Amino acid sequence: MSTVSSGGPPGAVSPAFWSVADIAQRIAAGEITATQILETMLARIEAIDGELGAFLAVDVAGARAAAAEVDRRRAANAPLGPLAGVPIALKDVLVTRGLATTAASKILQGWIPPYDAHVVEQLRAAGAVVLGKLNCDEFAMGSSTENSAYRVTRNPWDPARVPGGSSGGSSAAVAAGLCAAALGTDTGGSIRQPAAFCGCVGMKPTYGRISRWGVVAFASSLDQVGPLTRSVADAALVLQTIAGFDPRDSTSLDAPVPRFTDALTGEVAGLRIGLPQEYFEAMDDDVRAAVAQTAAALVERGAELVELSLPHTKLALPAYYLVAPAEASSNLARYDGVRYGLRAPAPELLEMYARTRGAGFGPEVKRRIMLGTYALRSGYYDAYYKKAQQVRTLIKRDFDRAFRYCDVLLTPTTPTAAFRFGAKATPVDMYQADVFTLSCNLAGLPGISVPCGLTGDGLPLGAQLLGRPLDEATLLRAGAVIEAAVGLGERRPSGIGGIA
Amino acid sequence: MPALTRKEVEEIALLARLHLEPEELARMQHDLGAILENAAALAAVDTTDVPAMTHAVPMDLRMRLDVVEPSLTVDAALGGAPQREGDLIVVPSSIAPPGRVGTEPAS
Repeated sequence: MSTVSSGGPPGAVSPAFWSVADIAQRIAAGEITATQILETMLARIEAIDGELGAFLAVDVAGARAAAAEVDRRRAANAPLGPLAGVPIALKDVLVTRGLATTAASKILQGWIPPYDAHVVEQLRAAGAVVLGKLNCDEFAMGSSTENSAYRVTRNPWDPARVPGGSSGGSSAAVAAGLCAAALGTDTGGSIRQPAAFCGCVGMKPTYGRISRWGVVAFASSLDQVGPLTRSVADAALVLQTIAGFDPRDSTSLDAPVPRFTDALTGEVAGLRIGLPQEYFEAMDDDVRAAVAQTAAALVERGAELVELSLPHTKLALPAYYLVAPAEASSNLARYDGVRYGLRAPAPELLEMYARTRGAGFGPEVKRRIMLGTYALRSGYYDAYYKKAQQVRTLIKRDFDRAFRYCDVLLTPTTPTAAFRFGAKATPVDMYQADVFTLSCNLAGLPGISVPCGLTGDGLPLGAQLLGRPLDEATLLRAGAVIEAAVGLGERRPSGIGGIA
Repeated sequence: MPALTRKEVEEIALLARLHLEPEELARMQHDLGAILENAAALAAVDTTDVPAMTHAVPMDLRMRLDVVEPSLTVDAALGGAPQREGDLIVVPSSIAPPGRVGTEPAS
């Protein structure tokens, strides 16, 4: 099969790095076929992913069939969806009909779901070509993708470093040009943190904006699906496709979905940007400088800075590490060896449950199940889970007050750039990697991470914007301005396979 | 000093239906202690009259209409079952064989 070369003048962008809109427009215009774009991606995956480790499964046959269908429709002048022919890959916690879904856990090895997640249905209906499933921390529990039961995913900017997590396969694949866009899930920062580490845009929409139907549940009151892309405009396009009410998710919001691309006006004049002091206490100097530069760029374009306080911020980490494990321990009770997934042999039922779970779950998942079971057990519920849920209300009230004085909040996404494999020696050290991203999930707010420069060592950094519930549009608008002012431009990772 | 005793960790593992090897129990005892120490900050917060958080956007839980809708076939729903007999899933006996007490935590 033929692939696409850039065919343009020296310096032209490789087709592997074309934007979502570009790919869809060029296919619609007949400049290229969906099959050509797909084969370009498959060739890159073949060449690079052995070292990068982003994919857990590549659905070659399914993707080729989907691309051929787009080309057939194009040839027949049939209407094409807005993402027709755009190759998109999925974090392996989104269930896919007929395609193995593991959540990067041995307990689901070999499970073939009989249905598609809502977001996967939406992508397919829009004509997107689903390339395959991406690595992540087991059951999305982690901040480095080191907790995958299957493989190591490397950061394409520096293969000695992690891609972030838990959606580390998603961020690595997008940054390395192995797909046009990816979906991830974000329970405490699992889209935004890996996006920051790999130089991508990552958006966690408002809780309820996107249906969780078909998302392997980790912590149901925090989980949300979102896009990881190479530009804010691409994030807007993917978000447009997957957002909206779904009656199959009882927490789905029946709220109008605006045209997100209309928000990308390039204007921030008069926008009030809040700088919460608690988010600027401890971070690397490179991070501090990059976020200061971001704030200055916004001011230059007419935005106004507002210094303020979110006094309960320090409680987010302890609250999160009670709420998330408590909900996980309940959600993961379903993996018992009865209906699907792994079953360990045992002579009687209770021992079968315990042996199956002991053999199928990895160390971090076990730790969180244990912690959650402890927090939820009889006599402890009020002191732990209920208390943490009340603290969430205090955190949410902080944000409500802040948004009286500002329209969005600007913070670093992470306190450091991508760290080296094995650098976080204890679970508590690792949990600190999410310190700036957790509050957004606890309060249910939308958040976005946008690249805002490189460290002295050439590693990408992210600026985080947090917004009012359902106000993704303002985050995209301000995010696009940050991208244009201090983003990475055409700088691409070169750490693996001579990617650039 | 860990906040939990070994016996407590064994009890939680039993409640969680999670078989842990002896070295896993020891590590868990240490790790849970450290994490719970971190969580102690919450105890000092006054949450009198503070409601528990439910949703970022206030909403009433909806009820589905009580109508039959298309669903998975039995074959599709049972396709992943580790052991099956017709339309039934086969599991080991829930009564321990004579001489065994299967619910003891591993140690």
